[in-house]
Amino acid sequence: MTIVGWLQISLLFLAVLFVIKPLGLYMARVFSGERTFLSPVLGRLERDLYRVSGINPEKEQSWLGYTLAMLAFSLTGFLALYAMLRLQAYLPLNPQGFPGVPSDLAFNTAVSFVTNTNWQNYGGESTLSHFSQMAGLTVQNFLSAATGMALAVAITRAFARSKVATLGNFWVDMTKATLYVLLPLAIVVALAFVAMGLPQTLDASVTATTLEGANQVISLGPVASQEAIKQLGTNGGGFFNVNAAHPFENPTAWSNYLNIFAMLSISAALVYSFGQMVGNRRQGWALISAMAFLLIAGVAVTYWAEAQGNTILTAIGVDPALGNMEGKEVRFGQAMTALYAAVTTGLSDGGVNGMLGSLTGLGGLVPMFLMQLGEVLPGGVGSGLYGMLVFALLAVFVAGLMVGRTPEFLGKKIEGREMKFAMLAVLILPLVILGFTAVSAMLPFAVASVGTAGPHGLSEILYAYTSAAGNNGSAFGGLTGNTVWYNTTLGIAMLLGRFAYVVPVMAIAGSLAAKVKSPASAGTFPTDGPLFVGLLIGIILILGGLQFLPALVLGPVVEHFAMLAGQTF
Amino acid sequence: MSKDHKAPGLLDPSILFPAIRDAFAKLDPRKLLRNPVIFVTEIVAVVVTILFIRDLAANPGEAGFSGQIAAWLWFTVLFATFAEAVAEGRGRAQANSLKKTKSELVARRLGGNGKTETIPASSLKVGDIVLVAAGELIPGDGEVIDGVASVNESAITGESAPVIRESGGDRSAVTGGTQVLSDEIKIRITVQPGSSFVDRMIALIEGAQRQKTPNEIALSILLSGLTLIFLFVCVAIWGLAGYSGTVLSVTVLAALLVTLIPTTIGGLLSAIGIAGMDRLVRFNVIATSGRAVEAAGDVDTLLLDKTGTITFGNRMASDFLAAPGVTPTELAEAALIASLSDETPEGRSVVALASGEFGIPMPKAEFDAVIGFTAETRLSGVDIGQRRLRKGAVDAVLKFSGLTQQDAPDEFRRAVDQVARTGGTPLAVADGNRLLGVIHLKDVVKPGIKERFAALRAMGIRTVMVTGDNPVTAAAIASEAGVDDFLAQATPEDKLAYIRREQQGGRLIAMCGDGTNDAPALAQADVGVAMQTGTQAAREAANMVDLDSSPTKLIEIVEIGKQLLMTRGSLTTFSIANDVAKYFAIIPALFVATYPALEALNIMGLTSPQSAILSAVIFNALIIVALIPLALKGVAYRPSGAAALLQRNLLVYGVGGLILPFAGIKVIDLAVSALHLV
Repeated sequence: MTIVGWLQISLLFLAVLFVIKPLGLYMARVFSGERTFLSPVLGRLERDLYRVSGINPEKEQSWLGYTLAMLAFSLTGFLALYAMLRLQAYLPLNPQGFPGVPSDLAFNTAVSFVTNTNWQNYGGESTLSHFSQMAGLTVQNFLSAATGMALAVAITRAFARSKVATLGNFWVDMTKATLYVLLPLAIVVALAFVAMGLPQTLDASVTATTLEGANQVISLGPVASQEAIKQLGTNGGGFFNVNAAHPFENPTAWSNYLNIFAMLSISAALVYSFGQMVGNRRQGWALISAMAFLLIAGVAVTYWAEAQGNTILTAIGVDPALGNMEGKEVRFGQAMTALYAAVTTGLSDGGVNGMLGSLTGLGGLVPMFLMQLGEVLPGGVGSGLYGMLVFALLAVFVAGLMVGRTPEFLGKKIEGREMKFAMLAVLILPLVILGFTAVSAMLPFAVASVGTAGPHGLSEILYAYTSAAGNNGSAFGGLTGNTVWYNTTLGIAMLLGRFAYVVPVMAIAGSLAAKVKSPASAGTFPTDGPLFVGLLIGIILILGGLQFLPALVLGPVVEHFAMLAGQTF
Repeated sequence: MSKDHKAPGLLDPSILFPAIRDAFAKLDPRKLLRNPVIFVTEIVAVVVTILFIRDLAANPGEAGFSGQIAAWLWFTVLFATFAEAVAEGRGRAQANSLKKTKSELVARRLGGNGKTETIPASSLKVGDIVLVAAGELIPGDGEVIDGVASVNESAITGESAPVIRESGGDRSAVTGGTQVLSDEIKIRITVQPGSSFVDRMIALIEGAQRQKTPNEIALSILLSGLTLIFLFVCVAIWGLAGYSGTVLSVTVLAALLVTLIPTTIGGLLSAIGIAGMDRLVRFNVIATSGRAVEAAGDVDTLLLDKTGTITFGNRMASDFLAAPGVTPTELAEAALIASLSDETPEGRSVVALASGEFGIPMPKAEFDAVIGFTAETRLSGVDIGQRRLRKGAVDAVLKFSGLTQQDAPDEFRRAVDQVARTGGTPLAVADGNRLLGVIHLKDVVKPGIKERFAALRAMGIRTVMVTGDNPVTAAAIASEAGVDDFLAQATPEDKLAYIRREQQGGRLIAMCGDGTNDAPALAQADVGVAMQTGTQAAREAANMVDLDSSPTKLIEIVEIGKQLLMTRGSLTTFSIANDVAKYFAIIPALFVATYPALEALNIMGLTSPQSAILSAVIFNALIIVALIPLALKGVAYRPSGAAALLQRNLLVYGVGGLILPFAGIKVIDLAVSALHLV
C-alpha cells in the first residue's frame, strides 16, 4: 500500500461526498414534484409524454397498483429486448451481420438488463449488433435504473407519509427519474468520456496493420454513451466483453476516476434524498455513514491483500514490491483496481476494470462478501436504498425492543406484517445464492464449466450466483457461463433477486404508509446517531456473515490459508 | 393473594417438580408447533436419535458421539419446555386457590314469584337476580340493584379491610367469590359464568389459552425466518462440502443447525411473556390481555388524576399568615384550639401543623362552649372565658366577626389573595371581632412524585394532570408537581377528546379511572386501568384492573411493559450474537480434515472436531437453563432515555453475547476432553 494509493482513494470518496448533498436535494425536489432548473426545458416534454401515454400524473397508486405497474413495465421491457436480440439479424444497424442470439443466451441477457444486473454471458463486440446495444441494452440501462429509483422513492414516501393508502405514481416517478436525473447526467458524462478518448461512432471497426504486417480488426461503436449510463445507472454491462479493463471503455486514470465517481454518485445521493423527503437529513447521513464504513473497509482489505502479493509467487522469486499484479491493468495499479472492485460490488454496478478471479484469496473474498451483504453499500440506484431500509428495519426490530418499546423506525411501528415481508425479502438472497451454488457444485456438467480446480472453482460458481442474485453483474472470471444451465439458472437467480425481493418490500411500504407517524420522544430509539450506525453495521455484518461464512470458508478463505501454507490445487 | 407477593424461587419444590413433569408433557409436537424454533429442534432431535440407533447397530464406533449429540438436543428441547412450565407454575398456586373458591359457589336466585331457589352458581345467566346475605359468598359478577353491604374482597385483592357496595353510584359493582359481611343485597348478574372476573383471572394467571401478543408474533416471524435461513445454509453446506470432497454426516449438520437457529430466545420467548404477566399480577394488576402489557411499554402520555395520584387528595394546612400585631405563635395557638372540634381532614391538618411545626402544646383548659364544624356554618371554634376563637372559610369568619371585606386590614386581604392566587384555599382565624390571620390550606403534592415525573420525562413519557379544579389552582399544582401539561375543570368528555387528539398525533395514552363516566375514556385509551373499587362499566371498558385501586400504579405498569419488551430484545440480541462463536467452533471442525489449513480458524484451540461440535451443542442447551432466571425476572430496568438504555443493553447483551460463548465453549471443551466424552 502506498500513500499515493490511499490519496487516490480518499480523493475519490471526498469528491462523492461533495456531490451527495446537492444531487440529493435536487432529486428530492424532482420526486416531490417541485420545480427545478431543468423544469423550463423538460416540463413540456414530460407533460406531453403523460398525455400521449394517457397517464394522469395526479392519480396516485396503492402499493399493489404501483408494484403491478412496475412488473408490467419490466415484463414488457423483457419481452421487447428478448425479441430484439433474437431478431437482430433482421434489424438495422448490424454492420458486422451478427445472427440472432440463441434463446437461452437471449433470455439471460434480457433478464440481465431488465433487472439492472448486466451479467455478460454474451461478448458485446462479438455477439450484438449496434442496434441491440443502443436500442436494446442502453435503453434498458436507463429504464431498469429508473425503475429502481422509482421503487426507492415509493418506499421513501411510505416513511414520509402518515395514514395514506397511496405511494405515488410509478409512471410519473419512472419518467421523472429518466428525464430529470439519468438523461441529463448521462449526456454530461458521455461528453466527458468522449473528451477522454472513448469512441462514439456507428462504425463497426477499424482495421489496423500491425508491425508484423498482419491486419488487426479493432471493434468500435457507440461506446461513450453506453459507458455513461452503464455507470450512472449502476448497470455495469460494458460495450466490450472485458468491460472497463478495455482501453476503449476506460483508457486513462481520469476515465477510471469518472467511472467510479459516476457509479457512486446517484446511489449515495439518493440516500440523502431519502433523509430530505422523510424530514430527517441526519437519518440520510446515518445510512450513508454505515454504507461508507463498510465500503471503505472493503476497499482497505482488498487493497491490503493485493498489496501483500502472493506468497507462493514470492517464494519462487517474484518481486513482491508491486503486490499481486496478476489480472490488473498496469495503468490502474493496486489502489484503483482495489477501489473499483470494492465499489462495483458494494454498489451492484458490476463493471470491472481488472480480473476479479485473479485477486488473492482475501482480495477476492471482499467483492463476493460485499455483494452477499445485500448490495447496499450503497447498492444499485434505488435498489441499494430499499435494501438498506430492510436492514434498518431488522436492526430497529431486534435492538429497538431493548429500549422497552415496540420497535419503530422514523415514527412507524414495525409489527408482524412488516416483519413477515422483511423476512420474505431477506430469505431470497441465501435461498437463491446457496441453493443454486450447492446444486451446481454437485452437478458434474455444471462443475465442468469451472475454470480452476480446488476451492477457487467453487468461488467461481458462488460468485456467479451471488452476482446474479444481487443484480450486480460482475463476474469472477474463469467460469464458462454461456451454457444452457448457467444461462437459465443465472437468469432465474437475477429475476428472483430483483422481483422476489422488491415485491415484499413494496408490501412493507404499503403497510407503513397506512400507519400513523408517531412523533419522536426521549423514549424513542434514536435512529440517526452513531449508536444506530454501529448497530446497523453490526446487523449487516452478522446477518451476512452468518448466512455466507460456511460457503466463503470453502472458497476464498481456504484459498487464503492454503496460499499461506504454500498449497496449490 | 396477599400484597407484595414474593415470586416463589426457581428451586422451590412446589414449582420445580410439577414443572419437570410439565416439561415432558409439552414435548407433544402438536403443542410445540406454536414455537417453530423449538419444534424444528425437536424434529432434529428425533432424526439424530434415529441415527444414533442406526449407529448402535451398524457403526458402534460413532454411536458414542451421535448418542451424546442426540441427548443434548433433547435437553435443549426440554430446557425450553421447562422454562415455560416454570413460568406457568408460578401462577398456578394462586389460580388454584381462586378455583377452589369458585367451585363452591351457590346462588339464591330470586324467581318471578318472589321466592328464592338455591342453584349452583355455574348455572346462573345474565340478568338473573340473586340475594346475598351476610356471611354468604357472592355467586357471580354483577351490580347491586338494592341495598348496601360491606364486602370482604380479600380473595381477589388481598386487602382485608372491607369495602362498601351499594346500589346506584360508582360503587355498585360486585365480584363473584367475594364475601358479604353485613346486611343483605340484591344483585343483578351481568356476566355469564365462565367469563367472570375470577375466570379471567384464573385463565390469565395459569397462562392457559395464552394468545401471542402482536410483538411476540412479529418476533416469532423473525425467529422462524432465521431458522429457515439457517436450514438453507446447512443444506447448502452439505452440497458445497461434497464439491470439496468432504462427506458430512447428518449428525454434525444437525448439530450445526440447532446451534445456529435462535434456540435461546425461541426457548425462552413464551416464558418471558408469562413472567411479564406474572409480574403484573404480583403488583396486583390484572390485565385482560398481553397486548395491553405491551402497549404499556409504548405509552407516550400518562393521564393522571390529580387527586390521589399527584396530591394526597385532601387540602392540608401548610402555613400560618399572621395579621399585623399578631405573632405567628399566637395565631398558631388560636388556630389549634379553634380546630380541635373540626373532625374534617382539613381541621386535623391544622392541628397537626400547629402542634408539629409550631410546637404548640395541647391546651388542657376546659372550654365554655364548643362549636363543631358543619357544612352550613363552615367554621368551628371554642369559647374560653372572654375568648371566642373561630376558624373557618374567610367569608364565614368575617361574618362571625361582624366585619366586611373592606373592614379587614390590608395585610389580611393581601394574604387571602396570595393564598388563592397560588391555588390554595385560605381559612381565616379570628378571636371575637379581632382577625388573627390566615391559614394556608393547600393540596399537598405527594413527596417524591416530582422525581417520578422527571424519570418518566427522561423515558420520553409526558404526564398530564387531570383535575376538576379551576385553571389557576390546576396550574399551581401542575408546576409544583412538575407535570408536563394539565387539563383543568375536566369533564369526562374533555378527557375523551384529549385522548383522541393525542392518538391522532400518533401517541399512545394510558389513563386510570373508576367511575362509569370514565368508561368511554378508559375504552379509548390504549392502556386503561380501572380501579377494583370502581364500577362494573369502568372495569369492563378498561384493559387492566388494579386490585389495590392505587392510581399511582400506572407508572409501575408502564415500567413492567417496558421491561417485558426489553427482556425480549436483549435475549434476541444475545441469541443471535452467540452464533458467531459457534461458527468458529463448528466450521473448522467440519472441514479441517479436507483442508488442514483451516485449523487457523480454530481460534479457541478446541481439542478435536468432535469435541468442538459437542461443546457447542452443550453450550447451546445449557445457556437456556442459565437464562431462565433472567427471563422470569426480566432484565434490569432503570428509568432513563432510550439512547442510554440501548447503549447499556447493547453492551451487556450484544457484546456480551459475542464474547461469552467463546469462553463457555472453551470451558465445556476442556471438560469434555478431560472426561473423555468423545
